[in-house]
This record gives sequence, C-alpha cells and structure tokens, in this order.
Amino acid sequence: MSAHDVAVAGVGMHPWGKWGKHFVTYGVHAARAALADSGIAWQDVDLIVGGETVRNGYGGYVAGATFAQALGWNGAKVATSYAACATGAQALDTARARILAGLSEVALVVGADTTPKGFLAPNAGERWDDPDWLRFRLLGMTNPAYFALYARRRMDLYGATQEDFARVKVKNARHGLENPNARYRKEVSVQDVLSSAVVSDPLHLLDICATSDGAAAVVLCSTEYAARHGLGGGVRINAISTVTPTFPNTVMDMPNLSTDATTAVAPGELTFKESIGAAAYEEAGIDPSDVSLAEVYDLSTALELDWMEDLQLCKRGEAEVLLRAGDTTLGGRIPVNPSGGLGCFGEAVPAQALAQVCEVTWQLRGRATGRQVEGARVGVTANQGLFGHGSSVVLSV
Amino acid sequence: MTDTATPAIEGWFTTGPAPALVGTRCTTCGTVFFPRASGFCRNPACDGETFEDTELSRRGTIWSYTDAQYQPPAPYVPSADPYVPFAIAAVELPEGLVVLGQVADGYGVADLHVGAEAELVVETLYVDETGDRTIWRWKPVVEMGQEADQ
Repeated sequence: MSAHDVAVAGVGMHPWGKWGKHFVTYGVHAARAALADSGIAWQDVDLIVGGETVRNGYGGYVAGATFAQALGWNGAKVATSYAACATGAQALDTARARILAGLSEVALVVGADTTPKGFLAPNAGERWDDPDWLRFRLLGMTNPAYFALYARRRMDLYGATQEDFARVKVKNARHGLENPNARYRKEVSVQDVLSSAVVSDPLHLLDICATSDGAAAVVLCSTEYAARHGLGGGVRINAISTVTPTFPNTVMDMPNLSTDATTAVAPGELTFKESIGAAAYEEAGIDPSDVSLAEVYDLSTALELDWMEDLQLCKRGEAEVLLRAGDTTLGGRIPVNPSGGLGCFGEAVPAQALAQVCEVTWQLRGRATGRQVEGARVGVTANQGLFGHGSSVVLSV
Repeated sequence: MTDTATPAIEGWFTTGPAPALVGTRCTTCGTVFFPRASGFCRNPACDGETFEDTELSRRGTIWSYTDAQYQPPAPYVPSADPYVPFAIAAVELPEGLVVLGQVADGYGVADLHVGAEAELVVETLYVDETGDRTIWRWKPVVEMGQEADQ
C-alpha cells in the first residue's frame, strides 16, 4: 500500500465468445456491470477511458467517446488508448494518473472487441514500410509462428516437451470450467492437445489461443472517495507498468523481422518482458514471493511458462518443474491463470488486459466462485503486445 | 529461379553466388540496422543521422525455428497450389542481431537445432507477371560427412 494506490470500485465483463454483435454492445454491457458492481451511478463518473479497437471502424478508433455516447453523454472527460495487447492496462494507467493527480475522482475504463475468424491478418492495402505487413508478405510469419519460436527455445534450451505445453492447456481448461465469462468451458486431456493439428511446430491447435468477442470494464476511484463511500471491498491497484523496451532489444518480437543489434551498445541485464514485471514490483514495493496468483498472457501454452520466469515466479528454465508439480494449479503454491487464461477465453485485444484485472479483483475479494485461490492477497498480471507495448498490473487487498 | 528473377523487395539483399543481407550502419555510433535504418539512429545515446550500406554476415547461429503448416493469410503470396508448408528460422548474426527468414527449400524443422549454424541463400518466394520474385532464406550448414548420414 502506498501513496499512489487507487481503489478498484467495481469490475464487470461481457462473456467471451463469437457472438457476432457490435463491439459497443459488449462494451456497454461490461460498463453497466462494472458500474452496478461499484454502486456508482454513471452520472457520477467524471472520466471515461476507452481501449481502442482497430478492427471496427471510426467508432473503434475513438472508443472512449463511443462508449460515452452509448451510455448517454454525461459530460465526463474522455480519453482513448491504444497499446496493442496492453491497451486495457494503458487505459487504466491513464485513468489512474488523472485520479492520482487530483484531476478526476471516478473513472470508468472500458475495452471491447468484435474479432474476425482465423489468423489475425494485417489490414488491407500494400504497405512496404510497415513491418506488420512485410512479415506476412516476405516471410509468411503469422502470430502462431512467433509463439512457436519461443516454445521451441524452451524445448531446445530447457528440455521442455510438447506434453508440458499440453499440461498448461489441461490445467487452464480445468481452471476455466466454472468461470461464467469464459468462452471454452470443457475439460481437455494431454492427448486431445497432442492429437490436434500442428499449426506451427511444436505448437498444436489447442496450444494456441483463439480470437474472441468480449468486453471488460473497471471503475477506478481515489482511495479517499472509496473510503468516503465505503466502496470496492478494499482492492487497490498498487502498480501499473507500461514500460517500453531498452535499446538494444535483442529478443525477437512480433511483428518485427529482426531484433536490434548489439554492435555499439551491449544488451541490458533484463529482457523487455522481464523489465515489465520488474517495474511493476518496484512501483508496488513488493517482492515476487509476495504474489498469491498471476494472470498472464498465454497466447500459447508455452508463453505461460515464459511469463512465470519473466515475472520471477521461478528461475529461468524452471517453469516446467513448477507446472509438473502442480504448483501453478488451483490449490498449488502459486496458481497461474485461475480464470482459465486466454486458453479458455480467446483474445479480445482491447479488453484482455482489463479482463485480467477483473479476475484478480474477484480473486482478492474472495468471490471467484469455483476457481478461488484461497487466501489471495496479492495478484499480478502480465502481457505483451506489438511494437514495444506490454503491461503488468499489481493489485492487493 | 530464372535469369529474369528479381527480389521481392528492392535493396534488402544482394544476389549472386554469395548473397548477403544489406543493412545500414550509423556512421556516428556504428550500430548496424536491418532492415535498413535511415534518417535517424535508434540508439538512444546517439543523434546520428547518416548511414552507410553494410552487408551483414552470411552465416549465423539458429536462435529458434518453426514452420507454417497452414497457408498464411494475404499479403502472403502462396508459391504453389495446393499449399506447401515451409520452415522458418530466426538466426543470430555476429553483428548481434537476430534476423527471421524462411528456411531453404528441401529443409524442415527436423534439420534445425537451436545453436546450429545456418547460411544465407536466395530463392524464389513466388512468381508474378514479371517472373520469379526472390527472397533471402536460411539454409542449415551441414558439415562434410553429415549429409551422407542423413
């Protein structure tokens, strides 16, 4: 707990799925759920921040205003954030900063998306200076191919196996069974994963997360406002890390065709993903050993294992040891993705980082029915997106 | 690959018997960039604005690898119908950068290992109305004698 804490007054989601509705429908549903959860009226919100969606036209580019109009113009100040997969966390950070500066008291943060089927592909048109276009044109590099590069490194360097990756899926599928907002709520066996088609070796179809429609919303307020109105059940945001990489960034990142070179400058001690978590722990003033649970971006099963190490929940190369011992399963020492993770949800880009915060909030309130981490006091989230974006949020109660 | 073959992207690699990627080197701090940087240096401690072309090392070590068992979406241009899967490698060069590339025709993930050596070759990526369009690719370096074992 520190001077730059803000209170989580309420959280809400629209269930993930392929519903085929307009993203605003999902966003309003989640926003109303979060407002109802907080007990704060929309008219009392003085800032709305939207997570931009890039696949839904102009209304998506100005998502903050789009949601504000849909909820009914109330004169609140508005902002819209885009930071790829970290969009929701950056939107949350914008709200937090205004609250901490005393410029706002109550903020509503909303992210929602309607996604196309299949591989996420770049928008139409020829763009010879855009790495996200060039990677498809020149190399045929899909998102799963990048995930597969990281997975293969775990196998060749640390002795991970495809069975280990499948175990992550089995665990998360079980975690998500009782989660009413999860899209996939079905037990999966190791054999199911291994007998699904290989998309990009060594990853099978069931190792890779789908794209989904969905929405999540968070109502933030100052700790004074929460105390004055008796709101939120004591859950606070202690840190939001949205750091950029440090040059030279020598780990291959989607959608790039190459990394920075170390010709003139030696690489730093921490990789980009390690620095995201380290900055969050430093800001929160906590140690990784204080963490009760983690919600991490399992775009692929193997990436969950990478994140456990990036967040210092174990040493490099040891994530499979924890996984095999059941330490990261509900009831284990450090449950990872108790919500079921992206494996059960599928990715709804501008909503996903907010969904992580919703889950941690429910866990810290002790209200994660059917998937509760007993005695949860501190939760951490992590994700990474395109073009140097990433985030980690620390919450505690 | 025919005599009329042209690169799928202009100025990114040389052709001929010993092809190489063409990057740029900041004349102020010496940092190498691929794909080419121009205008301003991305080293935060450098305000350099001039660059010279530099050919990158033709050999490096495999950082990781995978393949594309399903046809990638456009703007990928398939080279065959029905689709033929291809392998992909990320190769770390002595300049200290990792460069992605498809893997040379005839090689798959079974021929690759993290830490093994790979060499740059130029092959046809797809064919359009102008003829073969070429791209750089990574070819596993197989020591004498190993080839016979395989």
